[in-house]
Amino acid sequence: MSGFDQGRSSDVLDVHERARFEQLVLPHLDAAFNLARWLLKRREDSEDVTQEAMLRAFRFFRGFHGGDGRAWLLQIVRNTCYTWLEKNRPGELMTEFDEELHLQLSVTPESLAISGDNRERLGRALETLPPRFREVLVLRELEGCSYKEIAAITAIPIGTVMSALARARQRLQRALTQTPAQEASREL
Amino acid sequence: MSCEYARTTLHGYLDGELDAARSAEFERHLESCRECATALAAEESLRSSLQRSGLYEQASVSLRKKTRTELDGATSSPVPRRIPAWRWLAVGASILVVASVSWYVWPRPGTGGAASAPFTAAELIDAHVRSLQPGHLTDVASTDQHTVKPWFDGKLDYAPPVKDYADEGFPLVGGRLDVLAGRNVAAVVYARRKHVINVFVLPTKEPDTPIHPPGLRQGYQWLHWRRQGMEYCAVSDVSLSDLHELAQLIYQ
Repeated sequence: MSGFDQGRSSDVLDVHERARFEQLVLPHLDAAFNLARWLLKRREDSEDVTQEAMLRAFRFFRGFHGGDGRAWLLQIVRNTCYTWLEKNRPGELMTEFDEELHLQLSVTPESLAISGDNRERLGRALETLPPRFREVLVLRELEGCSYKEIAAITAIPIGTVMSALARARQRLQRALTQTPAQEASREL
Repeated sequence: MSCEYARTTLHGYLDGELDAARSAEFERHLESCRECATALAAEESLRSSLQRSGLYEQASVSLRKKTRTELDGATSSPVPRRIPAWRWLAVGASILVVASVSWYVWPRPGTGGAASAPFTAAELIDAHVRSLQPGHLTDVASTDQHTVKPWFDGKLDYAPPVKDYADEGFPLVGGRLDVLAGRNVAAVVYARRKHVINVFVLPTKEPDTPIHPPGLRQGYQWLHWRRQGMEYCAVSDVSLSDLHELAQLIYQ
């Protein structure tokens, strides 16, 4: 695992560690939930997995010696989400490398002009992307993470974060320019 | 997309992650490449849509509550026996205050300058409070420095200086092995009237420092300094002047 040493786990921590956890990690509960929500899509599953990840983070907290509490937590959230996906929806992790990526795209600001049902349309488009593209977009555009943080959280080498984002954005644009009918058939 | 720049460099530029040279290079390229100019505008528009769309989903109140309940179950009860209740009230109150200010008193390990200790204030206070629990204060109980000092032999890979200061009002009580920041350290225990002073000693490669200004948390104060390859941290609930007196005795 790159980025952080998660250390040994212990089942029970004392009040001092709890107070430190409240200070350094708990403020990032929203970030944790948002990442889980976009990786797992369904709200209920996301709440369960976020809760599980928070408890895991607490148990590994002795291995956290300061630094970026958000990135440390998000790394655990992400791993917990993938473990959950492998177990409950293995199909979603298998549609990763699809050749249409290399097709030519001609996108203009006009063709992407988004208005009105903005949120719904973007949200649906984002959900059609494979998890590994979805997560870099969520971390970058919604969470405002740096490339370094994205590398630490997702375990992709820092040198490839830029190209991962480039491909993810290309995917998202494609999803947005597709007609609803095409979208529907993709989801089947 | 035929332009090589549009494929990846553009994204580093968009994200503000290119270094100055590559950024300037891309800007020069942008002046002459229509494809990149269009693509950049498209990416910017997509970004602003994403950020304005309200896609960020916050944790619900019920998730917050459930998370806290789970954490409560994994947090040990704060009240051991034979430590006066008022002290724990003070600890609890301090935690509330501290939690609303800032937890770290010292720069974090590895990032600080010469003044930073290799462990956090929280770890230090934990170790001190733990030592006050029944039966935890000393592994070797003796007022004789010639008993305490050799006791550490073979238990640590360094020899902590141990001296009795009974004549100055700080009798040696004993020594024990403790753990700070994941490593074994020596704790030399002194008494001042009915108070306990823990002096944690561990080796360091950093240069000597004077005795740093005191740290205060949860009703405990500590003094930290480095001297002749050793790092010292004296912690207690005695008055600061008493603590300073002992620190200076050890420092000499």
